[in-house]
Amino acid sequence: MSNWIPLWLHKLGSPPTFYRFAGTLQPWAMTLALLLGAIALYGGLVLAPADYQQGDAYRIIFIHVPSAEMSMFIYAVMGVAAFIALVWRIKLAEVVAMESAPIGAAFTFITLITGSLWGKPMWGTWWTWDARLTSELVLLFLYLGVIGLYHAFEDRRQGARAAAFLAIIGIINVPIVHFSVNWWNTLHQGSTINVFGQSKMSWDMLWPLLTMMLATKFYYAASLFRRVRTDLLALEGGKDWVRKIAEDEAKS
Amino acid sequence: MPMNPTRKRRLTIVVSILVAAAIAAVLVVLALQNNMNYLLTPSQVQSGEAGSYKTFRLGGMVKAGSIQRSNDSLKVTFTVVDAGGAMPVEYTGILPDLFRDNQSVIATGHMDNAHFIATEVLAKHDETYMPKELKDAMAKAHADKKIEEETAVQDKMP
Repeated sequence: MSNWIPLWLHKLGSPPTFYRFAGTLQPWAMTLALLLGAIALYGGLVLAPADYQQGDAYRIIFIHVPSAEMSMFIYAVMGVAAFIALVWRIKLAEVVAMESAPIGAAFTFITLITGSLWGKPMWGTWWTWDARLTSELVLLFLYLGVIGLYHAFEDRRQGARAAAFLAIIGIINVPIVHFSVNWWNTLHQGSTINVFGQSKMSWDMLWPLLTMMLATKFYYAASLFRRVRTDLLALEGGKDWVRKIAEDEAKS
Repeated sequence: MPMNPTRKRRLTIVVSILVAAAIAAVLVVLALQNNMNYLLTPSQVQSGEAGSYKTFRLGGMVKAGSIQRSNDSLKVTFTVVDAGGAMPVEYTGILPDLFRDNQSVIATGHMDNAHFIATEVLAKHDETYMPKELKDAMAKAHADKKIEEETAVQDKMP
C-alpha cells in the first residue's frame, strides 16, 4: 500500500495482529511493573536515607513524582494517538487514545492527592492556587472531559473522534504543567530530575525514584494492552477473527 | 497509506485547530501574566508593585536571626529578604515545620504602614534532596575552604 510506513508497523495496526501482540506482551509488562515497583518501594522506603531538611516525610516523592510524570506522559501518548486517529482514521489509534484516558486520569488523581498530603506538613497547606497545582488540576479535568465526551455518543467511533479533538487541544496544557515552575513564581519547587545535567538528588535516593518511573511505564503498557484488547473484541464483534477466538474459547 | 485528498484535508483541519488553540493559549497566558505570579518579592513591594493589591503574597527568605517570638502569645515577627529588599512581617499563628532562618517562605496578608501583616505563612522548599550526613559534609567542606582562602589571603599580606 505505502512505502513510507514499514510493513510490520502497518500490520501491527490491524486489530487481530495487535490483539495477539498485546496478549503476548501484557503478562511480561505486568510482571516487570510489579517487580520493579517492589524493588523501587523497598529502595525508597527502606534503603534510601532520610532527607536533610524534610526527614522521612520526603519519601512520598517515590509515589508523587512517578505519578506526575505519568500524568503528562500518558497525555502525550493520548494526544499523538488522537492525532493519528483524526487524520488517518486508524481504529487502533482511536482505541489507544480512548483507553489511555482513564489510566492517565488515575495517575493525575494520585499526583494531586499525594501532593496534597505532602503539602500540608511541608508547606503548611493542603492546596493553593499556584501555577503548577492549578495546571495539574486542569489536566485532570481534561482527562475527565475526554472520558465524558467519548461516552456521550451512541456510536463509539463518533464519540472517539469528538473526544480526540478535545485531547489534541488539551495537549497545550502539558508543557504548561511542566514549565509552570520556571515561568512563574510558584510555591511548588522546580524539577529535581534533570535529563540534561545533574539531578538535584543524591544517588541512593535517585535510583529508587528512577526505578519507580520505569515501573509505572510498564504498568501503563500492561493496563493499556488489556483495555485495548477488550475494546478491540467489542468493536470487531462481528468479524471472522473474533468469531474464531470465541469458537476456540468455547472448545477449550 | 498515501496522502489522498481527504486525509490531506483532515490533516490541514486538525493542524490548524491545534495551531489556533496554541495561539489562544499563549495570548491568554500573556494577558494573565501579571495575575499569574503567585507572589511579590520585598524589592517588588518596595518599588510600589503591590500598590494595587489589598492583599497579596510576599515571598522571600527569612533573614537569619530576625525571628522573634512573643512570650505570651503565638505572635511572631521576622524579616523577609530578597536580593534587593527587606520587609518586616508580623504573624500570629502556627508556623509550618520548615519555618526557620534562611528558609524561603510565602506569606499572605496586607501592608500596614511599612509592616506586612500576614494571615498565612507557607514554607517553600527547594528541589534538592540529600542525606543529612552529606549536607553536613558539604557544609563543612565549604567552611574549610573559606578558612583556607582566608588564611591564604592573610599569608599574602605583608
